[in-house]
Amino acid sequence: MKTFRVVSQLVRSRIISMLKEGSRIDDRGLLDYRPIDVKCGLISRANGSAQVSIGSTKVLAGVKVGIGEPFSDVPDQGVLAVNAELVPLASPAFEPGPPDETAIELARIIDRTLRETKTIDLKSLCIEPGRRVFVIFLDIYVLDHDGNFIDASALASILALLNTRIRKFSIDEGELRYEEEYVPLPVLHTPVTITLAKPDDGPFIVDPNLEEELSLDNRVCISVDELGRICAIQKLDGSLSVDEVFEVVSIACKTAPKLIEIVRRESGLDAGS
Amino acid sequence: MSSEFVRPDGRLPDQLRPIKMAVGVLDRADGSAYVEQGNTKVIVAVYGPRELHPRHKASPEAAVVRCRYHMAPFSTRERKSPNPSRREVELSKVIKDALSQTIFLERFPRTSIDVFIEVLEADGGTRCASINACSLALANAGIPIRDLISAVAVGKYNGHIILDLNDEEDEAAEADMPVAIMPSFNKVVLLQLNGVLTEEEFKQAFDLAVKGCMEINRIQRETLRSRYLSIKGEENEDV
Repeated sequence: MKTFRVVSQLVRSRIISMLKEGSRIDDRGLLDYRPIDVKCGLISRANGSAQVSIGSTKVLAGVKVGIGEPFSDVPDQGVLAVNAELVPLASPAFEPGPPDETAIELARIIDRTLRETKTIDLKSLCIEPGRRVFVIFLDIYVLDHDGNFIDASALASILALLNTRIRKFSIDEGELRYEEEYVPLPVLHTPVTITLAKPDDGPFIVDPNLEEELSLDNRVCISVDELGRICAIQKLDGSLSVDEVFEVVSIACKTAPKLIEIVRRESGLDAGS
Repeated sequence: MSSEFVRPDGRLPDQLRPIKMAVGVLDRADGSAYVEQGNTKVIVAVYGPRELHPRHKASPEAAVVRCRYHMAPFSTRERKSPNPSRREVELSKVIKDALSQTIFLERFPRTSIDVFIEVLEADGGTRCASINACSLALANAGIPIRDLISAVAVGKYNGHIILDLNDEEDEAAEADMPVAIMPSFNKVVLLQLNGVLTEEEFKQAFDLAVKGCMEINRIQRETLRSRYLSIKGEENEDV
């Protein structure tokens, strides 16, 4: 039977005792990700899309671009709206209905990561200050949950944004004119998110699979961009000691370049250089 | 950090706002507390451990903590709709996760401990003030806890790492990082970062947050001590 809500005490204690010896239940190194697979532009009706698998965890992110009103405190900027759905087909533990606290937390972690790094140049997406701007809807669909959907969602999100094409436009005396040509969304940075977990008495691992996630009491995620800046942190389950906080930040900063390399390669950012 | 840097409200970078705390402020609740940090005002009530409905949500192994962080419509500059926003849902969750670490939940299987937070006035640091008030309210309810959780936000404002941001600073800040700890166990039970910091700045900010939490913890303990010493004093007078 596949794991979903609980793990047996036997599996749990096995996972923890193996970690203390420095090994993992699926033979990975403590700081290794499962194989990461990326497919960009699967959804032709979307302005941009990407599907990311980390092991058998699968997340699809889609971007739709519309026109709407700006926020009153930033009238000259486009709007980024991030939403996440833990759809019931992804796990028997997910139920239909409006996003629950876990889905909202996921969306807000991704939102903060993108917003605080100013990953999208929202200023360039203003049509008429205070009245009309482009709205970037980023929708995250968790399709198969085998642990660590946060990192998979972060990868799918940045790849979907890099995959997004919008009609080239010009603004002529407040009038919006579209041209035939499609251009990429102005994406300036490539932040990624790293989730770490640890048993109360044992080492940290990255990319916990579902069995590990359910067995390990403490979990935290950290977003880092290509400049090595820390741009979001969220303690998830359990607690960390003060020293462990510094340790997780240091592990995240060391791990991020590997994920960023995947993003740059898959999105063709490295092709020109 | 330059020691000459003075903040918009005249504070030094590592200075907390004036704090007022009180416990047992509500009559009906099993435990309650009121906390002011600067202009931020928060009131918290705790009910329980009590029977949990619907029953299938109960755990046979431990009490379930339910938490509602809510902002009053008049607490913000623009009226806030009383419907729960996504921000409030997220904060309710992270506060619940933090409180679950300190309560001896395993002593009350099949029950719920319900924590209701109302932000009466929001001037930055509302989740931290809420956590500080929740700790006091849990203690006031007589619910066994491992430690009094203390929380404070740190941030980066105009290039300076500062403690306990108010709303004006928060809005202009490059980063805002709320931290909650259980001081006796050296455990971090809430950690969020909203903004951009280098690894070096993060270390500096986090150390400052721990210092701030220690100071708040001292005030929380003082608040409880004076409350219960005064009750004891009254009883003695009656005798």
